[in-house]
Amino acid sequence: MTSQPVPSAFQVHASDNVATLLGEAGDGSVVTIVGPGGKTELTVREKIAMGHKIALAAIAEGEAITKFGVVIGIAMRQIGPGEWVHLHNCRSQLDERSGSFDLETGAPPKGAEYA
Amino acid sequence: MRDQSWQGYLRKDGRKGIRNHILVVYTVECASFVAQEIAKGEKGVHVIGFPGCYDNDYAIRLMLALATHPNIGGVLCVGLGCEYTQPHRIAEVVRASGRPADSFFIQENGGTRSSIALGKEKIASLRARADADAVMTPMTWRDLTIGAECGGSDGTSGLAGNPVVGRAFDRLVEHGGTAIFEETVEMIGLRDLMVARAASPEAAVQLGAAYDKAFNYSKAVRQCSVAPGNFAGGLTTIEEKSMGAFAKGGSKPIEGVIRVSERPPQAGLWILDSVPDEHFMQFGYTNPNDTEGIMDLIAAGSHVILFITGRGSVIGSAVAPLIKITGNERTYRNMTEDMDFNAGRVLSGEVTMDEAADELLGLIGDVAAGQLSKPESLGHREFFLMYKHQDVPSLEAGCRV
Repeated sequence: MTSQPVPSAFQVHASDNVATLLGEAGDGSVVTIVGPGGKTELTVREKIAMGHKIALAAIAEGEAITKFGVVIGIAMRQIGPGEWVHLHNCRSQLDERSGSFDLETGAPPKGAEYA
Repeated sequence: MRDQSWQGYLRKDGRKGIRNHILVVYTVECASFVAQEIAKGEKGVHVIGFPGCYDNDYAIRLMLALATHPNIGGVLCVGLGCEYTQPHRIAEVVRASGRPADSFFIQENGGTRSSIALGKEKIASLRARADADAVMTPMTWRDLTIGAECGGSDGTSGLAGNPVVGRAFDRLVEHGGTAIFEETVEMIGLRDLMVARAASPEAAVQLGAAYDKAFNYSKAVRQCSVAPGNFAGGLTTIEEKSMGAFAKGGSKPIEGVIRVSERPPQAGLWILDSVPDEHFMQFGYTNPNDTEGIMDLIAAGSHVILFITGRGSVIGSAVAPLIKITGNERTYRNMTEDMDFNAGRVLSGEVTMDEAADELLGLIGDVAAGQLSKPESLGHREFFLMYKHQDVPSLEAGCRV
């Protein structure tokens, strides 16, 4: 679980609290964070697929999730460093369906409508 | 950045093109088979057309913009005979631009086989005239308009593919060129960023209005432009997808917003609004596929299209060459026969963003100078057009009888 090739994750902006994995990472593996913040390492807390996001720091419930230096969503619960950030713990501030998409399929809930 | 110049085609209307294609235009779906058969096997002959028998201002404007595009040297219009749009009216507009044009109705000629034969005769004579009329002229970045579109986006698009295109756009604009990008429904969440990029107070008003229209459209169709495939690829919110898409616009001030079939009034970076305006019939989708967005960018005068795809695509485009860019190295390896440029090397650290942008500009310069892009060399010339409504000055009489 821990000895597979080390993937890296790309942090787009120095102020981001998430980075994008450039390969799949297993639970407990150490990934190298690359990008404008320089190189650091982080232990992954669950299996995360390529192209998905990893929290770089602890993010409190209600706190902004930042990528590209802009707010891309709000934390729906406490997120620890190394955890997967996706549909289950990050919601859009604009897309009314967000926060209820199925984590596996991305399907919107039945009858989802804009306010 | 290379100081590049090449020989282009000087048109009688003063515009400069990088190709000397002949265009076959069909005016209703019923004539499309004959039009395609006329072009089959002919070098540098592309086909566009509109499927509807009842005409549509947006569609007519787009076809006229393409038929008088600087990459076009001559036009043949083919109709069935009972549709609203009249082939000879399109040919008149083309001739007024200084290009040779011809037209005929299939019903007045005898049928499929004889119409294909007549069409082939006519394009041979149009080709001869377009070659004879060709006036070569030096072109450089200042003379070039480039459009950018993304499709099949994945997690790498916003990190590598789009930012490299954005950096190339910055260089093009610094050298006096014109850059256009669209997909305002994929700018949701970025209103303040867009407005802050405005080159003038007028542009700020236009950008705010284009944003509000795209957001209202998204709410009206009860769908933000983020799909299960995007979620599976790691994108979580529309804001995140928007930032990735917006990266292809680089960092230069935005001069303003144009609508479909309008041309940027001056050089610099522009946003194209392709979202339908309100209309009593409520018809029209903001582009239902990548190809219609690409055709909108070409109708705005783009000589070359940069198409960024993370997951991979096998499209090309009529009228203007398309250059395919991916930020995903796996996609580049899997689809190398279709992919022109591997921007994924930025993520592996093999090249810097600046080096990749310079390399991409070199490729754009080569394609402008006549080198075939991969989609071109494979024979791709996709075209797509549907009914849509946009509030722009109506054509005086369309192209009806």
